[in-house]
Amino acid sequence: MAALETAATSVPEDSFVSDASLRPAFFEWLCRMGDNALILGHRTSEWCGHGPVLEEDIALANTALDLIGHTQMWLGLAGEVEGEGRDADKLAYLRDAMKFRNLLLVELPKGDMAVTMMREFLFDAFHYHLLTWLADNSKSPRVAEIAAKALKEVSYHLDRASDLVVRLGDGTEESHRRMQDALDLLWAYSGEMFVGDEVDAAMTQAGIAPDLESLRGEWETTVRDVLKEATLAMPAEAGFVHKGGKQGRHTEHLGFILAEMQFLQRAYPGASW
Amino acid sequence: MYAQLVKSDAIKSREDMSPEERAFQDRVDAGEKIEPKDWMPEGYRKTLVRQIGQHAHSEIVGQLPEGNWITRAPTLERKAILLAKVQDEAGHGLYLYSAAETLGVSRDELLEKLHSGKMKYSSIFNYPTLNWADMGAVGWLVDGAAIMNQVPLQRTSYGPYSRAMIRICKEESFHQRQGYSIMMKMAFGTPEQKEMAQDAMNRFWYPALMMFGPSDKDSVHSAQSMAWKIKINTNDELRQKFVNETVPQAEYLGLTIPDENLAWNEEKQGYDFSEPDWSEFFEVIKGNGPCNRERLGDRVKAWEDGAWFRDGLNAYAERAAERRRAASVAAE
Repeated sequence: MAALETAATSVPEDSFVSDASLRPAFFEWLCRMGDNALILGHRTSEWCGHGPVLEEDIALANTALDLIGHTQMWLGLAGEVEGEGRDADKLAYLRDAMKFRNLLLVELPKGDMAVTMMREFLFDAFHYHLLTWLADNSKSPRVAEIAAKALKEVSYHLDRASDLVVRLGDGTEESHRRMQDALDLLWAYSGEMFVGDEVDAAMTQAGIAPDLESLRGEWETTVRDVLKEATLAMPAEAGFVHKGGKQGRHTEHLGFILAEMQFLQRAYPGASW
Repeated sequence: MYAQLVKSDAIKSREDMSPEERAFQDRVDAGEKIEPKDWMPEGYRKTLVRQIGQHAHSEIVGQLPEGNWITRAPTLERKAILLAKVQDEAGHGLYLYSAAETLGVSRDELLEKLHSGKMKYSSIFNYPTLNWADMGAVGWLVDGAAIMNQVPLQRTSYGPYSRAMIRICKEESFHQRQGYSIMMKMAFGTPEQKEMAQDAMNRFWYPALMMFGPSDKDSVHSAQSMAWKIKINTNDELRQKFVNETVPQAEYLGLTIPDENLAWNEEKQGYDFSEPDWSEFFEVIKGNGPCNRERLGDRVKAWEDGAWFRDGLNAYAERAAERRRAASVAAE
């Protein structure tokens, strides 16, 4: 419902938004925030009408809806910072894969509900700690404001994902096996969340965003506690091998997501919908 | 109308009624609501289960044609609105299955009957959604037709059903408006968009008319349902009302309704229009529509693929309940 709330609120003063020296890094960083929400929202929305039980169908659609709302806020601000007349829709619908800045984790196919919920859990735990930092500490009022709005919803996402990871991990033999398989598959993609580059360094230096490495401890604690309760085995740390999404080097999956998502905007340029 | 061809008993005359049945009919006639624990004729209960069940199934199968475009919605706002709308439909399914449960039938039993083909859902959802304007046409025409039936059902005699319909109607009128808003964008947009809008209109007009069910002269089961206030208006009354309201909306959009016989009839103060092809309707109901296999197949697959998920949650819940029991025993 974030999408509907944003329009009515007034915009706080934020000198970072017009700071030309910071512009390229700030724009990149905002695209990372927005693209994670967009692509995970897209994958989550694929469940709509196909959930394992009606209540889950509704919860998944709700999560996707929240993430699309976050996308509108992050990419909307990215467009403002860039200052070249691109709004959230233009950024979402008219960039090609190599310009997308989302983590590889969020673009992987939705798989079964084990993959979907384990992916959401691993991402939510990161997202929750990141947004908490941004809401409390970011020197950019606009960033802090968006983070505070998104955090209300992401707190719930993390609660729900944690709860399901525990129940399914400690459910039947089959649900346990599927959850462990999902964890083993996704673990190697989770390290990318904490690998900073020069964009992250610039954001940290400006006081806009945290040092990603500093979030790893809280993330690990959250993840470890939930996995323990879920009777799932945390994989060895050495497996963090897949990365590059933040710099625009993606898996083969993203191109197909974009082909589907951007079809109408690409086929009928300039039309109003 | 999301419930078509709901089988019910032949109407009973007052003389043939038992004293209980007469008292029940008097309550219905007086506009009282029947509640789950009240006595009710078995036929009333059975007919309601069929009708509410069919309506619930229609809501969840009805997620699929629109769900088909969520990942291709052309803007973030349209994507969010469509997601919210399809989510509402799942919510309507939830209210309605809950209403049916008050009549002694579980959601799982009803779903089993849907999956095995013993229970039906509205014929409309067996038509494909082929271009983006279909999202407009579904909201405008399909939800529009559904509202025609559902608004009077807010006054239906069965309390839980009536209350579910009141909540559903609030959301449906929003759905219809968002559908019309898409249609306006398309009809007033580029030539290609207008072509999509007309194409959607051409494909959805007659299936929308079919939603009200067969003509009154062929609808043998209506009388008892109307006496019980499970059904409030006849199929033809509602269809006429729908056409009367929709034609000016189509004219405003500059779209052509695909019916050469469509004409204003001053005498009846309504439009004359062609009947849909009822042989097509019965084929769709039998399972031979364009998307019957896909729609039911998708639902069955979702249910079967989700079995391990539901089993996992149930196993956890049972063990958690055992743990709580053990803890309370230990505490004593």
